[in-house]
Formats: sequence, structure tokens, C-alpha cells
Amino acid sequence: MWQSLTKSNGVNCIKNSLKSQLYLRDFASKRWNTAQHTLAVRKKIEELRKKALLGGGEKRIDAQHKRGKLTARERLNVLLDKQSFIEYDAFMEHDCADFGMENQKYAGDSVITGRGKINGRTVFVFSQDFTVFGGSLSGAHAKKVCKIMDQAMLVGAPVIGLNDSGGARIQEGVVSLAGYADIFQRNVMASGVIPQISLIMGPCAGGAVYSPALTDFTFMVQDTSYLFITGPDVVKAVTQEEVTQEELGGAKTHTTLSGVAHNSFENDLDALLRLRDLYNFLPLSNQDEAPVRKCSDPWDVDVPGLDTVVPLESTEAYDIKDVIKGVADEGEFFEIMPSYAKNIVIGFGRMNGRTVGFVANQPKSAAGTLDINSSVKAARFVRFLDAFNIPIITFVDVPGFLPGTHQEYNGIIRHGAKLLYAYAEATVPKITIITRKAYGGAYDVMSSKHLRGDINYAWPSAEVAVMGAQGAVKIIFRGKDVQEKEAEYIDKFANPFPAATRGYVDDVIEPRTTRRRICLDLEMLRTKKLKNPTKKHGNIPL
Amino acid sequence: MATSLQLPVFRACSRMRNISSVKLSPISLRFFQTTSQNFRDLYWNDKIQKGESQFDKILVANRGEIACRVIQSCQRLGIKSVAVHSEVDSSAKFVRMADEAVCIGPAPTSQSYLRMDKILEAVKSTGAQAVHPGYGFLSENMEFAAQLADNNVVFIGPSSYSIKSMGDKIESKRIASAAKINMIPGFDGEVGDEDHAVEISRQIGYPVMIKASAGGGGKGMRIAWNDEEARKGFRLSKDEAKSSFGDDRMLIEKFIDNPRHIEVQVLCDNHGNAVYLNERECSIQRRNQKVIEEAPSTFVDPEMRKAMGEQAVAMAQAVKYSSAGTVEFLVDSQKNFYFLEMNTRLQVEHPITECITGIDLVHQMIRVAKGHKLSHTQDEIPVDGWAMECRVYAEDPYKNFGLPSIGRLTRYSEPVGEGIRCDSGITEGSEISIYYDPMICKLVTYGKDRQTSLDVMTNALDSYVIRGVTHNIPLLRDIITEERFVSGDITTKYLQETYPDGFKGKQLTSSEELKLMAVSSCVYAKEDVRDRSFLNEKRLHNEQLADKEWKLSVVLDGNQEAVHIVLKDDIFTVKCRGETFDIKNNFNLSQSIINADIDGSKITYQLLGRDAAGHIKLQYAGSVFKTHVLEERISEYVKHMPEKKVIDKLSTVFAPMPGMVKKVSAEVGQMISEGQEVCVLEAMKMQNSLIAGKTAKVKKIHFKAGDTVAEDDIIIELE
Repeated sequence: MWQSLTKSNGVNCIKNSLKSQLYLRDFASKRWNTAQHTLAVRKKIEELRKKALLGGGEKRIDAQHKRGKLTARERLNVLLDKQSFIEYDAFMEHDCADFGMENQKYAGDSVITGRGKINGRTVFVFSQDFTVFGGSLSGAHAKKVCKIMDQAMLVGAPVIGLNDSGGARIQEGVVSLAGYADIFQRNVMASGVIPQISLIMGPCAGGAVYSPALTDFTFMVQDTSYLFITGPDVVKAVTQEEVTQEELGGAKTHTTLSGVAHNSFENDLDALLRLRDLYNFLPLSNQDEAPVRKCSDPWDVDVPGLDTVVPLESTEAYDIKDVIKGVADEGEFFEIMPSYAKNIVIGFGRMNGRTVGFVANQPKSAAGTLDINSSVKAARFVRFLDAFNIPIITFVDVPGFLPGTHQEYNGIIRHGAKLLYAYAEATVPKITIITRKAYGGAYDVMSSKHLRGDINYAWPSAEVAVMGAQGAVKIIFRGKDVQEKEAEYIDKFANPFPAATRGYVDDVIEPRTTRRRICLDLEMLRTKKLKNPTKKHGNIPL
Repeated sequence: MATSLQLPVFRACSRMRNISSVKLSPISLRFFQTTSQNFRDLYWNDKIQKGESQFDKILVANRGEIACRVIQSCQRLGIKSVAVHSEVDSSAKFVRMADEAVCIGPAPTSQSYLRMDKILEAVKSTGAQAVHPGYGFLSENMEFAAQLADNNVVFIGPSSYSIKSMGDKIESKRIASAAKINMIPGFDGEVGDEDHAVEISRQIGYPVMIKASAGGGGKGMRIAWNDEEARKGFRLSKDEAKSSFGDDRMLIEKFIDNPRHIEVQVLCDNHGNAVYLNERECSIQRRNQKVIEEAPSTFVDPEMRKAMGEQAVAMAQAVKYSSAGTVEFLVDSQKNFYFLEMNTRLQVEHPITECITGIDLVHQMIRVAKGHKLSHTQDEIPVDGWAMECRVYAEDPYKNFGLPSIGRLTRYSEPVGEGIRCDSGITEGSEISIYYDPMICKLVTYGKDRQTSLDVMTNALDSYVIRGVTHNIPLLRDIITEERFVSGDITTKYLQETYPDGFKGKQLTSSEELKLMAVSSCVYAKEDVRDRSFLNEKRLHNEQLADKEWKLSVVLDGNQEAVHIVLKDDIFTVKCRGETFDIKNNFNLSQSIINADIDGSKITYQLLGRDAAGHIKLQYAGSVFKTHVLEERISEYVKHMPEKKVIDKLSTVFAPMPGMVKKVSAEVGQMISEGQEVCVLEAMKMQNSLIAGKTAKVKKIHFKAGDTVAEDDIIIELE
């Protein structure tokens, strides 16, 4: 060994890490010249780092590129500010000695972890490396992920996970499962303390899916990412059902049908850049207030376009996003779950620079009714906003809960209760604007005054009532001349006055003044202090 | 000359005033700004006789910009105005401007603006003494004029006799030849069927023009170059005529090659007086609809003007015309002019005549209707300066020079300044719907000469902020700076000849391209700085905010360039392709307009959109340019991204515009050949024949006759 080292002047003799370890042992036992030793170690560090940068090697990197995917490191380059990434555990290796694994070791194993910055703000990241053992999760892999999660909790900074993994490292058996559980536990402990975001950029199957599911937001890349508990082969074997990967767990499935993913993006680059955008809306932890960014859009002017959004005909649909974009700074709106339960719209925007969350019924879809999916969608978002000190702006145009056996059998009662619970529990500033209909129980649910709404407004087009006139008179005046009474009911209730005279809305405002009013209210509510009773945790109807 | 950014005073250009530059007021993004003008100055030659009797109240039986236009004159004259409107127009600008408003029915025009009974009711209930019909709708409906007369209400327009004589093209030709007006050779009678149409066409000799006897505005009108086109054109025009005018009588005439469309404005009173208010050049047309008009015409010399004017007056007098009217002529390259038709109403493009004559045509119409004599003699009507009008439409100019588009005006800000008149009937938040004409505004500019007027127009179009609907500013802006147009060498075929493959947007020179890339890089850099400008972030270190240098990669139309930017002392120094630009950091990401200062010269851009993935959309010279800006270190990854799947457009027949399916002439399973008509789509009262892109079997039909479709909806799928 030594001879060869001297002959080649210390270069190129270390073929792989296994051999070199043996070599170092020899080295020590022979008590060789320490200067030589130091140089050799440095050399080795350098070489290992170089190797670590290549992950599973050029060939696999090319294969990854051919699939239209970036490598784990390239992804971090895009996600993080220039030269801001500080890597942890680049030398960590798996310790599996079965099935010949002892001969296959890669510096850093199948995940890259560390911290970096997004627009100057700290973020902890892990990026699974599909080129190393298909990104499979080993004990070492899990340890690396846990380490950065622990530190993120310690300092209060978000964690972003870039998932691209074939699943458990089968060779490691239960060690791998333990690794998953260690991560799950940390996901749960971090929930509500630091924002956690998952971006699925390749396969993510089996137990692995639960880590993203526990995080605050799960995003997917179209055509290249999949999420499922069991793949198409197992599905076929068990249920005889034939289904493709894409149909079973592709981005379209999860963003439109299952609601598992919060949005999907065109490709790796698009997804990572948009994640940077989302990051700017979020506080770093629950100890920080919602970020305020410099704002060049004047807050104190009228927005005349808002006057014409709500049609004159009270049954005609309109796009509530016109309202959101009308009030938000520069019309910027980062929508969450845009393709799922479209009857409610949720997402982030800014008001005079400050991050806010918008929740709004969408009259364009299912008349803006609340159903199971929309209640669950909005409830989770409201809880996120509340956990991270982000004010909630709610636009209400809801004709009620969606009736029907399908809804009842599937538990609209307990699911609807989630949204009610979330709003009632929230202590962040809550501003509500009734743009048109606010009927029945759904009126109560949508951040009403009665659920500790701080500021509640009605537009002149608002109608607050127990139900629509037609239904109401049928009950009140059973068997009488209903038509005449209907007009009377409309006269009485299809306007903002019943709510305004009772103080259920604080003011009836012209739509064009909405932006200005919200900005003024948010300024006032900055110092809002409201605490719920001390408890271990509430019991939200799950 | 206005010296600062004060409220723009609207001025007409008399010889003394010179207009050399446009002063634009700063655009506040969220404020709707409309042209706030002082109209007294515009109508410098308008004569108001003190103590002259006038109507107390006028009802305007129209909507949109023309209703606003008429109401404006009423306001100026102290006459009360009444608006009638459909339900969807309840909060429209013209309704808010009027002193009184009456709702006359639901959105479709047949149930509102065309309902004479409802309008008559409104007249009675409001006590209006006269009705101004604007253009379109009931403006040339003699029955309406007659009904008003029966109710002792004055119709502000010509008599129903004049309307009748001129409204029927066959009748009007007879009168014109009797009055010795120059005529185009053609078939003087009604055309029977397709075969008859072909026979007549052959007699006259191709090319021929097939048009509806009752037609106007390009509807029910087609040119045929051979037998097959004659058949098709006859059939389509006939159908269109039937649905648009309820009268499907057709006529055929010689189609004049290389023609210009020049019309003469006339003004007549009930006392036999008539004057002409010079010509308007309306040759820039697409599908026989006017796009850009100007007055005077570069082609008309004083002698010709006099000859045309005199014939026009003779024509008007032949039908005992009173009120304002327009006699349209087709002019060939030898300056021969032929009578086309007479429009017995106020024309869309009347403002350019007002600009060069200083006369308020609406006012004069009202006076004449009241029974007063003309207040101008022919020698009091000058050609003063030069006026241009661009019709800004909600339509996509990249498709067949303009297919209608619809939507909500999410941002809207009109250009203001000296020499600009913006006649519009909409405000920010207005909806451009399928029910009505998709016109956004008539942008009129004027100056001491043609070039001044064009320069003002260029700046005005560049500063016109329209968001939410697709509009034709790209085309307008390109035409008014196109060499041939600027030289005045135009015909009605200008568009086809200048853009033989359709309008493709502004073609950038290499230097323009570089500047566009540079500006878009500045937008990126500016946003990058702002993304780090947190006001309440305690944990940020100062040095992180100090990123003032960027190495970027910009892609524009497939061309990639490396761009290096340094921001220092509020100047972006941009290096790109060996050139260096100094661009002032004087713009704001929340504003629509970037008045860029590049090495001291001012260029107007509009920021249309930007997203987190580096896509920045800019408007330059009217056209939209999409750039993709990334940090250079990241841009190398683009090549690994999978290509986006494109929908095979040949295998589908999709709606090029929103509208209603009139007819589906294919069935599932049927073999159809390439170019075969498979569907007729009616949009904005125009029938559009949709054809198959390839020979194939019909796989699926998604819509049936009567359904409404949105733009890009797939109507028919082929195998």
C-alpha cells in the first residue's frame, strides 16, 4: 500500500472508500510520518467531497436528466440563494452489511441535507438523491433528515423536503422503518412550530408518503412525481384493478381528486422557483409575525373595478378571485389547492406588504356552497394561518351547505364542523367581508362576528338570512299565498340591514373602498392579543 | 403648450397652436382615469346662437361610447339627457352620465335596444322631446323614426323617407344614377339563388362583391373571385343578412381593385341647405370593417375634395336629406370615385371630422332636428390640421386581423394629454360581453399635420393600459408606424398586402430586442431586490440586502443572451451582447407603465405580467413580448426540462372566439375532407365558417346548434 502511495506521489491511489479505510488503518499502525499523514487525509477529504458531489455517478445523473428531472444537488441550487447552501453530513454512509451492501457505499448516502437561504432567510432542507440507491431511505438517510429537523426546531426555521425516493431501503429492513417513524415524530412535533413544506419530485410510495402528508404543504411536479400507498402492481394483485401510475397517484389525481397535494407545477425548475415565492409569504416560525415586504402598490386608494364584480342578478355567478386580486397588493395571489374543491378559494396574498391568508367562497363553482371537500380544504388552511400568526381575510358568498345523501352519508356534519372549529379557535386577526349571500349555518361558519370576527363588513349586495326567500316562505307560510310573501321576505332579508342593525356586521362598505379598509384594520389589529384557555390540545372533529 | 402635468385641457388644433409632444399624466395604477376634457375648446368652430330655442330633454336610444358622446353634447348645451339601458348595462358609464335612466329589458339587443315599444314607453314616461339614436341599433330604422313622429317626438336624424331611400341599396342606386352621381358597374336588381348569383357574377366579371341589400358595417358582405366563392359567399351572406337585418335580399356588383374607401360628411337642414364637412379616409379595413380612419385624406386634393363634396351634397339633396349623413365613395388609383352608399346616421368615425372642422356634429344634428337653419356656410368649414382615429377593439389581432374576445377590464387607464380624444363607454371593471359590439374606445389624436397626429397616436397607444381582455392595440400600433401607411400609400387591401401571412406582431430590430431584454432584466433585478426587502424581519443581516449585481440569462423568442447588471446610484448598468445600457431605476413594479430612460432616451414599455418562475411579459410598440429571465447559474438546467405536450390542433375544430354555435354540419363517424365546413359559429352577429384541418373521420362532437362556446373550446374532434 505504502509503496504504491509513494510511487504515485500520493495521487490516484485511493480507489474507493472501503479500500482507503483499510489503508488508513495500516497507516496509523505503522506510525508513519505525520506530515504525510495529514496530507493524505486532506486528499481523502477532498476526494470524498468530490465524490459526494457526484452522488450515484455520471451515468445515473444522465439517466435522471433524461427523465426530465434535476439531480438532488441541482435542485438545491435552484431553490436556495446563490452560494448559500451549507451541507451537513456529506460523509455519512449507511452501515448496512447485508446483501453485499457493505461494498456499495456513497459519501452522504441517498440524501443531501443542510441549510441555506431563500431571499436571505434561513431554511433547512433535505433533498433525496435518486441516483444513490434510488433515493431509498436507510437508517443513515433518516438520521441526516432528523438532524436538520431538530436544528430547525431549535432555531425556529422552516424545513423544506424535496422528495425523490423509491421507498424504504429493503436491505436494511426494520432500520429503515424506524427511520421513517423518527421522521414522522419530528414532523408532528414541528407541526405548528415551523412551516414544513414537501415537494414531491419523483416517486414517493409506501410509508414514505406520510411524511409529506404530515407537513403543511405538499406540492408535486407534473408528469414526473407519484404519491401512493401501494403501486399499480400491488393494486392489480389485490383488487384486480388496472390502473396506471399517473392515474393512481400522479399530480393530476392528487391535486383534483384526492386533495393530497396542494398544487402541482410544470417541471422541476418551475416548482422550485415557485416554492421560493411561497416561502416569502411565510414567517420563519410561530414565534415570528407574518412577514411584511416593501410595498409599492398604494393602499389608500379606491379600486373602482370592485364595484362591478358582483352581478346585479343575485343568482348569477362571478369569479371571487376578481375580488381577491382586486384587493391584494399588485393583484398577487398565491393560490393553494386551485384545482380541488373549487367552491372555496384559499391562498396567500399581501395587504400593504403584510402577508395575509384569503379564504373565499367561489360562486363560480357549485354556487359557492360548502361541502365536505371545501370545508376540509379551508379548515386546514385556516389552522395553518392561525398557527403562524397570519391574518385571515374571508370573503363570504355562500348559499349554504350542499344538501344531499352523498354529503350526509359521507359526514358533512363532522367535516363541516372542522371549518367551524378552525375559525372559532383562531386568534389571529380575522376580517370578513360578505359580498353577497350569507345563508344559514354557513353564514355562522364563515368567520362570522359570532366566531370572534374582529371586523365584519357587508357590501351593499349582501343578503344575510337563514335561507333563500323561496325556501323560507314555504316553511313560514305553509299553504298560503307564497308568492306575495316571498317578495316580503326578500324585502326584509335580502339586504345587509338585518345584520347591520344588530351589529353582526360593523359597517356596510362600498366595494371600491375594501382594500383601503382592510389595510387600515390590519394596521389596527397588529397588536391584537387573544388567548384561548390553556389546554393540552382541543379535540377538533377529525 | 401645457407646461406641467396639470389637468389636461382638451384642445383642438387651430393653425396657431402647435402640438409637438404628448404630456401624459402619471398613471396611478388603481385609479380609473378618463379623459377629463374641456369640450368648449374642442369645438372652436361650433356656433351657438344666443337665445336659440332648444330641446329640454333628449333620450339617447343607444349604449356605450356613442351614448356617452351624445350625452356629453347635451350636458354642454344644458339639455337634460335620458339613457335607456339593458339590465347588464345598469351601472355602465353612459347610464351614470345621464340625468335619468330607464331599464328597457334583458341583455340581448333584440329584447332591449331594438325594442321600439319599450323605448317609446321610456320617451313617454320621461317626457323627452327628442330621441338621438346614435349609430347601429335603430339609427337607420325608418319605422322607428315614423313611430316617433306619430307620437310627436322628434327623431334626431333624417326623415324616414331619406332613411328608406338610402337604406335600400338597390333603391339608393337608382336615386344616385338619377342624380348623376358616379356609379360602379353592377347588377341592378335582386339576386335569386346561387346559380343566379354565379350567372350575374360572370356577366359583371370577377372579382365581384356580394352584399346584402339592407346591409352595412361589413355584415352580410363577401368578395368572390370565382364561381365557387360566389356560391359560398352568396349563401353565407344571405344567412347573415337574414339573422342580422331580417332581410335577405342580395345584390352583386363589380369589385374595384386597389380601391380606397373615402367618405364625405354632409350636414343638411330642413330648409334645403346643405354643406359638406370634407372627407374621411377609411381605407384601413379588415373584413370590410374600418380599423383606422383619418381626416383629411392624403389622396384627396382640393379640386377632388370639391368634386366629391358637391356630389355628396347633390346626393343628399336628391333625398331631401336633413341632419348629418355620410356619403361613401370608392376611389380608384386614378382618383375616379364611385358612389357606394349613403349612411343616414352619425358615423362611428365622426370625431375626426369634428377635429378638423371644429364643429360639434351632435350639436348640429340637434339644432337641425329642432328646425333651425345650418349655422355654417360652405366657406366656413375648413380643413384644419390632421386627425387620426384608431378603433380599439376587444379582439385578438393575431387571428384574422381581429376576432372578438370577451372579458372583464381588470385594469383600465386611458391615455390623456394634448391632442388626444378618447371616446369610450367603459370604465375599469366593465365587462366586454358577447351581447354587444366589442369596441373599447375610439382613440382620436390630432395635430397640426399628419406626422404630429401620428406621433401623438404612437405615444397614446403605448400608454393605454388595458388588462383583462385581448385587444387590437398591437395591430394599430404597428400600422401607424409602418412605412407604407406613414407615407399615405394605402388601399382597402392594405392589411392583406402588408401582412400577407396575417399579423404576427411587431418585428423587433436587433437593437430593440436588446433593449427589451435589458428592461426585462431590470424588472427581474428590481423584483429580486424587493423580495429581500422585509420590513419586520429581525434575523436578516444587512449584507444580504446588498445584492446589487446579477448575472442573468434572458430568453426572448428563442434567442438567449447573457446579461450582466449592476445597480448603483439608482442606475442599472446593463451589459448584453457587447453593448452597455444605463437604465434609470425610475419605475415601480406595481405600475403598468414603465417609462424607461435608456441612455437618456425615453421608451415606453408596459409591464403586463411577471411570475416567480422568471417569466416577464412586456408590451413594447403595442405588441406583447414574453421573456424568460433566470440567474445564469440556473439557466443551464432549462435544457433538462421535458418539453410541454402540445395539443394537436389539426385534429380538433375549436372555437377561435367566444360565441354561439349556429350550425353543426358534421356527424359522428362521417368522413370529412380538409377545408370542409363543419360548423358555423355566430359571434358578435358575424357568422364564421369553421373548417376541418385535415381529412378524417369525425370522432366526437361536443356542442350542438344553440350552445354557447368559450374561446378555444373544442367543438369537434377528428380521428
